[in-house]
Amino acid sequence: MAYSFPEEVLEHVFSFIGSDRDRNAVSLVCKSWYEIERWCRRRVFVGNCYAVSPAAVVRRFPDVRSVELKGKPHFADFNLVPEGWGGYVSPWITTLARAYPWLEEIRLKRMVVTDESLELIARSFKNFKVLVLSSCEGFSTDGLAAVAANCRNLRELDLRESEVEDMSGHWLSHFPDSYTSLVSLNISCLGSEVSFSALERLVSRCPDLRSLRLNRTVPLDRLANLLRRAPQLAELGTGVYSAELRSDDFSNLVGALAGCRELRSLSGFWDVVPAYLPAVYPLCSGLTSLNLSYATIQSSELTKLISQCHSLQRLWVLDYIEDSGLEALAACCKDLRELRVFPSEPFNREGNVSLTEQGLVSVSEGCSKLQSVLYFCRQMSNAALLTIARNRPNMTRFRLCIIEPRCPDYITHEPLDTGFGAIVQHCKDLQRLSLSGLLTDRVFEYIGTYAKKLEMLSVAFAGDSDLGLHHVLSGCDSLRKLEIRDCPFGDKALLANAAKLETMRSLWMSSCSVSFGACKLLGQKMPRLNVEVIDERGHPDSRPESCPVEKLYIYRTVAGPRFDMPDFVWTMDEDSALRPS
Amino acid sequence: MERVSRNGEASQLLDFVAKEGEWLMKRLQEQRRGPTPPEDKALELKLGPPGDEDQSKKDFTMNYKLEKDESLLSLGYFNGGNQAQAQSLAPYLQLSPSIFRTQLPVLAKDKSSETVDLQNNNDAAEKKRAFLPASAAATTAVPNSSQKRTAPAPVVGWPPLRTFRKNLTSSDGHGKPAPKTHQNMLSSKIVNEKPAESSGKGLFVKMNMDGVPIGRKVDLNAYDSYEKLSAAVDELFRGLLAAQRDSSGCDIKSTQEEEKPITGLLDGRGEYTLVYEDYEGDRMLVGDVPWHMFISTVKRLRVLKSSEISVLTAGGQKQDKMSSDSAMQ
Repeated sequence: MAYSFPEEVLEHVFSFIGSDRDRNAVSLVCKSWYEIERWCRRRVFVGNCYAVSPAAVVRRFPDVRSVELKGKPHFADFNLVPEGWGGYVSPWITTLARAYPWLEEIRLKRMVVTDESLELIARSFKNFKVLVLSSCEGFSTDGLAAVAANCRNLRELDLRESEVEDMSGHWLSHFPDSYTSLVSLNISCLGSEVSFSALERLVSRCPDLRSLRLNRTVPLDRLANLLRRAPQLAELGTGVYSAELRSDDFSNLVGALAGCRELRSLSGFWDVVPAYLPAVYPLCSGLTSLNLSYATIQSSELTKLISQCHSLQRLWVLDYIEDSGLEALAACCKDLRELRVFPSEPFNREGNVSLTEQGLVSVSEGCSKLQSVLYFCRQMSNAALLTIARNRPNMTRFRLCIIEPRCPDYITHEPLDTGFGAIVQHCKDLQRLSLSGLLTDRVFEYIGTYAKKLEMLSVAFAGDSDLGLHHVLSGCDSLRKLEIRDCPFGDKALLANAAKLETMRSLWMSSCSVSFGACKLLGQKMPRLNVEVIDERGHPDSRPESCPVEKLYIYRTVAGPRFDMPDFVWTMDEDSALRPS
Repeated sequence: MERVSRNGEASQLLDFVAKEGEWLMKRLQEQRRGPTPPEDKALELKLGPPGDEDQSKKDFTMNYKLEKDESLLSLGYFNGGNQAQAQSLAPYLQLSPSIFRTQLPVLAKDKSSETVDLQNNNDAAEKKRAFLPASAAATTAVPNSSQKRTAPAPVVGWPPLRTFRKNLTSSDGHGKPAPKTHQNMLSSKIVNEKPAESSGKGLFVKMNMDGVPIGRKVDLNAYDSYEKLSAAVDELFRGLLAAQRDSSGCDIKSTQEEEKPITGLLDGRGEYTLVYEDYEGDRMLVGDVPWHMFISTVKRLRVLKSSEISVLTAGGQKQDKMSSDSAMQ
């Protein structure tokens, strides 16, 4: 039992290891490292709130300062997970409140958060600093008021893309007058008006405020006042960007924006009026991030703005930018790393703008640092995908959505198998991939063969048979999350690769061909998997076992079946498999 | 150690599968090395629309054997050397919509009686969709017409966009964003005072019903009258409500004939009454104001038991106070 280092030294060494994976690896070295590591772990990330019980986390890590949890499956973003499915944070908060009085950070994604939980957070943690509720729901501005009133050291309050019940815009005035520690505030998701005077007072008394993302109701003519109080801002999300400004109002806005010399990120721009855009021109050369995905303006206006942003690293924009605007982007923004192009009219199949595969090809040619793409378009070709793949082997995230399902190569009318095949073959570090268009099992063969670092794969309306799913599950060594909808993948591929599922975080399959019988079998044979059947038609037992289930969500867990299932979710444990149907 | 037991489990599972006379992974591996077992159906590439397994088995199947031969794996299309092979596959892989419409039914008649022609298949897919939550129809605001490959009807969750992006107004709905002049700035300002955009593609609001745990989102722009909305509520919740009554009873039996239509939502004479919350948090009876006013203020819909409406009116006063509070801003 002789160690070369005393525990304190090892603990100090471990404190320099930031990444969760490395900490996990450290804890697997030997029993004593496991012990030392668990006592000095300050941050815990749980990718699925049902994969481990809060009690188990608290037992293993006695002194945590930061907790990050994720709840619902990713497809919940697109309305595929019925309301009431689960992802409740309350048992976690209750446990954390007892165990970690010094907890400083809670970051939640896709979870149901009640006002009671927010009140408990506000009461329980003496030095609470960061609350990030990303795509969460279930709470109201009353809960936020409790946080504002009690968390004296709060630095960050971020409600990005959450659905908040707006009880009153007055919650902001619950920040006490003595409160000055705010660094980041994101209220862009709130639907109703916030108390503007409270916001102004808050902004003026927080000297460290760096990031402020307003909601749509904050009028443009008030923006200048806010900005004059916070010239140190680095990130700004404007409110509505239209108004009837008097010319002195406009010059006031220009002056206030020009005063924010540190601004690196701009977003908001709801209902933007192009005439007022020149107010941000003086800031353009410093911008690294620009979110214009709410800016419904023409290509020429977008292009004029973007062409001045030579340092841009991230751009989100509507397809109004068109191919010509993307060509300009490729010519001007050599530092671009991330591009997202959203559809302005997602249900219009004809196409309202001239945005094609060519825009993305241009950017892949011009922007050598581009590594993350989300691109909605209406036509694609294998040749374009091959060019993109060859141009950008450094791509790590590639999500392509051709709006019409099962749309073939528009030139050759062939499936897009070889195009996506080229992406996975050339982009060796690809971590995330979303497929669309007409695809056969061949594309999955390519993915299984080449996409060795792929961690998350989204599939819709693709493949021909079980073989497709089999290629992915048997070939993608690093796969952690797989989500599939409307594909003819069924029992055989799933059962044959059952062991693989334990190495993954989760698998979602909806409108596929997995039978209830296979789900039962899987649940029975793989006790460390939670196999959950989601079926709003009623209990699957009321249909033949061979009948495909509506939705299937499988995840590994050390906590066993969850206790908060609504009555349209069934978990396939040993009992349910043995029960005669 | 852990790994071994895991593999053990997996092979057990495979045995089970094998006993069922089903597809076997071992077989696939043999396939990689040696000749194809003639009975192996697993390697047929099927070209049917997604449906249930049994259905798609009967689909048109191509006896294109996926030989795990390196040349095929090496992306024949753009590796010049393998172009010939890619070409030879082309007739099979050209799944252009026109081929689907024209060739397949012909094949279906000629080749085998087991082959189901695509039209039938569409029907099957449609039937299947009928089982899916009715929100499919509601959230996409487009009738569930037959889903052809050339013009597929919108599906829930596709294209994969967040609701708030779907609601994003496209200013005038004419495809191109109009450069806003001074005149329409005023009008856009008026619109902006209402957080709900009625000019956009969809106006999604949440709807919950007493006694039904599953909420729905409906697109109010899909309806133009209270009557249609009321019919939609019936369509969305009737089945769920019946299922709910089912599962609260002890035994599961077929109770489809017990599904009662939900009526009288608007006049207070039914078992349920439709109410809404507006942006100020007030609850009001649906039907009291003109439709256009309703859709510009509604934030959330609820189907309440009519017996509890009186309670609501009493509770409404508190809400009123709160909203006047915020109106003071």
